[in-house]
Amino acid sequence: MAYKCIVLIKQVPDTSRITGEAMNEDGTVNRGALPAIFNPEDLNALELALQIKEKYGGSVTAVTMGLPSASEVLREAMFMGADDAVLVTDRRCAASDTLATSYILTRAAEKIGYDLVLCGRQAIDGDTAQVGPQMAEKLDIPQITYVEQVHELSPEKIVCRRNMGNGWQKTACKLPVLLTVTDQANEPRIGAARRIMKFKNAKTPAEITKEGGSEEDISLMRDKGLLIGQLNLDDVQADLQWCGRDGSPTKVHRIMSVVLTAKESKEVEPSAQGINDMVHELIEDHTIG
Amino acid sequence: MIEVNRQGEVWVFAEQHLGKVEDIAFELLGRARELADKLGVKVGAVIAGDSIKSVCEELIQYGADKVYAVENNLLEHYQTNSYTKVLCTLIEKHKPQIVLYGASPVGRDLAPRVASKMKAGLTADCTDLQIGNHEIKKTGEKHENLLLQIRPAFGGNIIATIINYDRWPQMATVREGVMPMPEPDAKRKGEVIDESVSLSAQDLPIEIIEQVRREKSVNLKASRIIVAGGAGVGSKENFRMIWDLANALGGVPAATRAAADLGYIGKDYQVGQTGTTVRPSLYIAIGLSGAIQHQAGMSESKKIIAVNNDPDAAIFDVAHYKVCGDLNEVVPQMIKAVKEKV
Ligand SMILES: Cc1cc2nc3c(=O)[nH]c(=O)nc-3n(C[C@H](O)[C@H](O)[C@H](O)COP(=O)(O)OP(=O)(O)OC[C@H]3O[C@@H](n4cnc5c(N)ncnc54)[C@H](O)[C@@H]3O)c2cc1C
Repeated sequence: MAYKCIVLIKQVPDTSRITGEAMNEDGTVNRGALPAIFNPEDLNALELALQIKEKYGGSVTAVTMGLPSASEVLREAMFMGADDAVLVTDRRCAASDTLATSYILTRAAEKIGYDLVLCGRQAIDGDTAQVGPQMAEKLDIPQITYVEQVHELSPEKIVCRRNMGNGWQKTACKLPVLLTVTDQANEPRIGAARRIMKFKNAKTPAEITKEGGSEEDISLMRDKGLLIGQLNLDDVQADLQWCGRDGSPTKVHRIMSVVLTAKESKEVEPSAQGINDMVHELIEDHTIG
Repeated sequence: MIEVNRQGEVWVFAEQHLGKVEDIAFELLGRARELADKLGVKVGAVIAGDSIKSVCEELIQYGADKVYAVENNLLEHYQTNSYTKVLCTLIEKHKPQIVLYGASPVGRDLAPRVASKMKAGLTADCTDLQIGNHEIKKTGEKHENLLLQIRPAFGGNIIATIINYDRWPQMATVREGVMPMPEPDAKRKGEVIDESVSLSAQDLPIEIIEQVRREKSVNLKASRIIVAGGAGVGSKENFRMIWDLANALGGVPAATRAAADLGYIGKDYQVGQTGTTVRPSLYIAIGLSGAIQHQAGMSESKKIIAVNNDPDAAIFDVAHYKVCGDLNEVVPQMIKAVKEKV
């Protein structure tokens, strides 16, 4: 059997490189000032899907929800080996929390069709790890979270090893299924030069139109196999009450940037005397001893 | 969806393993107690499993007024779908206003599924929870006594407070170790309520073939003194120094993710966002830069000593004692001083 895999990927700000300039006065993050990257664990999910395809046959479709600029990660997914890519983009998606995002992505996955849905365990901007399980619930399929290995796959079942933090579990279930994949699962491959040459010009209809292209240019790209799929909320027949701000129960009450400073601090000379004095002080105030 | 019910109880999902309640459930009960007292409502604990009766009293001792116990041998092992059904059934029946889960592998697997089914909000990995008011600036609409769900975001660079006011229950997962464990009170009285939820094969789609649970080899959370080494320590051999200083102080060693990744010490010793959250009396940070992800797990320590040869290292921003120097000279000196004095 050939397995149809959907991999959910996200373009995220590189939160490990936040500097002062990336913070706005009001303590919010200026996403524009940060380099945008492929969410790290989504690369592991994509790698796992590609390995499944190579071993058992099938196809891999990378799907992202975001602004038209997020098609960058879809191209990267194609460089790595994804057969198809789909951008879900619509102004009405703005301000979606995990619940609304999982709803929209569910509608997209249903439209595309799948045997397996894979996603990274969590995205580094929100760190919530919620979209995967919330999608599985909406798709009404089982979820296997924290996957670090797929042992076996057949039309009857999939057998995975999950990392439970304090141990592990080997579990099996019938398809279709949703997996969330950890960074322990594999070492993501880098794009193949041949594929980079081929797909670096792949574009979404939004990008083609933005560059002044016409319907004709779009169909020309499609003929060349260079058109990245694009869906809006109407295409996926989403009920707007569950999308965007309306579909998002969680709201932001306040944001503060982190300024961690000790209340009182002392410089200690790195000399025998300095250190002896410090140790003495800690004994005096019963911190040690 | 359940209706907004401001008289609803504050609930804790009491995670258990083979009839033993996990610490996180007790930590959550401590905070749930405070939140419920502010709201003037009761604390409920939900526990599901096979033979769990014996631990229900324990949940009462830690702060629950009511324990909703669902005993069924099909619930012996945690499974997403069956436990989701238990939670959703009880939430629909009793309409709590708040439901808290541990941000453990189980809690993080379960809570989003429940939230999706209930069409409710959920905030992941909170480090603090409070009760407060919210005003919508545009309309002037006021919402009182909401659950303020406080958590780091953007890799720990910001602290966000999340709320939800129009869909119930308000739900959050909470990091282990960030809320102090309450003292159990053997005299506390409460009510154990037997609940039953019918389960079928459809609710158990997963077959658990093999399961290995490994108790952590170190209990960082319970340690009063922690000596943490970072990548700057340089080698596994050199890391011996960290052990020696920890031993001399009667504390335990710990590490950054970088040091654990380099194999200087086991993963169980990692402190930080993806490791353990600790709040000891003394935290000695040696040869570690103080990346925000590391600070996320240790900045609540009562006293912090930092040893680093880079005067601009971020760890100095949170340190009470700043020792700017080469750890290869400073640490042996510290061991010597401690051995002489203590
Ligand atoms: C999603 C995510 C989650 C993460 N979770 C965690 C986590 O839970 N915990 C964690 O710790 N990290 C975590 N990290 C990693 C974190 O960002 C840092 O990479 C890590 O903490 C750095 O470890 P370090 O301070 O040991 O190493 P480095 O940053 O390399 O720092 C080494 C320090 O040693 C000092 N040094 C070197 N030689 C000497 C000497 N001879 N004497 C004195 N000082 C010396 C240097 O000046 C430097 O400050 C996470 C990262 C990400 C992206």
